[in-house]
Amino acid sequence: MAKFQISRRKFLTSASLGLSGLALSGCDAFDSGLGVGSGLRSFLESANGLTYRAQRLLAGRDALAPEFSEADIRQPQRPNGITAPDDDTYKGLLANNFAAWRLEVTGLVEKPLSLTREQLQNMPSRTQITRHDCVEGWSCIAKWTGTPLSLVLDQAIVKPQARYVMFHCLDTIEQSLSGDIKYYGSIDLIDARHPQTILAYGLNGKPLPVENGAPLRVRVERQLGYKMPKYLYKIELVDGFANVGGGRGGYWEDNGYDWYGGI
Amino acid sequence: METVARSEPSAEVEASAPKDPTLIYRQSRSTRLTHWLWAFSLFFMLLSGLQIFNARPQLYIGKESGFQYNNTILEIGAENTDSGPRGFTKIFGHRFDTTGVLGWSGPPGQETPRAFPSWATIPSYYDLGTARVVHFFFAWVLSATLLIWLIASLINGHIRRDLAPRLDDLRKLPRDIVDHAKLKFHHAREYNTLQKMAYGGVLFVLLPLMIITGLAMSPSMNSVLPWLNEILGGRQTARTIHFTVMVLLVLFFVVHMLMIVAAGPINELRSIITGWYRTDPPAKHDQATERSA
Repeated sequence: MAKFQISRRKFLTSASLGLSGLALSGCDAFDSGLGVGSGLRSFLESANGLTYRAQRLLAGRDALAPEFSEADIRQPQRPNGITAPDDDTYKGLLANNFAAWRLEVTGLVEKPLSLTREQLQNMPSRTQITRHDCVEGWSCIAKWTGTPLSLVLDQAIVKPQARYVMFHCLDTIEQSLSGDIKYYGSIDLIDARHPQTILAYGLNGKPLPVENGAPLRVRVERQLGYKMPKYLYKIELVDGFANVGGGRGGYWEDNGYDWYGGI
Repeated sequence: METVARSEPSAEVEASAPKDPTLIYRQSRSTRLTHWLWAFSLFFMLLSGLQIFNARPQLYIGKESGFQYNNTILEIGAENTDSGPRGFTKIFGHRFDTTGVLGWSGPPGQETPRAFPSWATIPSYYDLGTARVVHFFFAWVLSATLLIWLIASLINGHIRRDLAPRLDDLRKLPRDIVDHAKLKFHHAREYNTLQKMAYGGVLFVLLPLMIITGLAMSPSMNSVLPWLNEILGGRQTARTIHFTVMVLLVLFFVVHMLMIVAAGPINELRSIITGWYRTDPPAKHDQATERSA
């Protein structure tokens, strides 16, 4: 018996030594090898592809994100990222209440479009009360009104080889040595044609405010906030995004976020 | 079913010449393998999870985060005071100064505002994107391991034989608590009542709850299982439960380590690495008979 039993003092000494050893070990040991582009990072990132396929399999094309009631809107939509673009082009458009603003639909389409705000707003609209989930962890419920992206895509007639929709934005998100980087992002055609994916121009019954992306922002309700670009001016149908920006499909993706933001 | 588990290392038994009746084959290969996969995964999930938490070091109750109203139950932050920046932790309105660990930490002179300190996060610097990549990779590993363990343990009888609570366990509970408090351990083939409760609680309550609340935070999964957040009380409540279960798992880990050290670390570690475990010798009169035999 005694052979396997230790005294209480010995126990407490070794236990506290063990725990302090753990605490001192530090975690910068795991910093190297995790940078974007490294082999280990790419291997770990493959889990995102698995998540993407699993969630597409489970959710299918048209499963809807939960919608809420008017009573659930308890506060203004929290703005995030750029909330007042400093770009001259944007400021010029804003000064004229976006009269000169156009939504360009280009790339792999039969009929490129250039739509005014009025043209978009005259198309059938969808209003939905949904929860915005930021990648940081917070959520905010708001009512969004906009044109279903699928209607715009149908009008432009997407070519069969197109695989992704790229969103190009007016706001500079980062100033780098090689020039200003404008926000951009991309989604697949399943999410692009999802019934709740809208080009929103209204928020909580009013025109979309500047801080939330005026004149137009995307809502992709089955993904996180960084997949819903604001200050939109161009939609481009592409068959890949390796040659755009950092090649990972979006501004935040170029900075290490997963391309699929459904989790 | 016990015979199945014990028959596995028959070659080893024959090899070790003088048969020692107190040395038993206690943990099957699947139990040992899944145990270490969990240990490995949970380590990375914890440290990447704390990094993810640092991006929004607040916990809320409800469907959303209150910015214009208050539904925050926990907040870790930093603030300027007359004596310089201090870290604080606020739980249910009670404020604690946690400078150096929570809210404001770092090497002397290089402190930064961060909820959990550098040594507790992966990466050590602020990087939400990388933490998410690490977290979700190991989420798959952890979930797959749990599924493999469940199937293997149903087949080899581990759950029924070792973990399923019996009426007898309830009777033994008071005595078991006293024994643990006195650090008096019995080394037997069977788990004692508190062990069954701890292991069963982790495997059948905490880990499944962790996976469920994790999925409840996924906007895509919300379209598949819209009722999940309604049961849990909203996405932000799910996030709060996710965090709370993390704290419980860390507490389990601490107690688990203390118990191993107290019960005899070499023997305990051997059983979870090789499967072999030295039990207490039988009571005196049996021993005498055995010796004479």
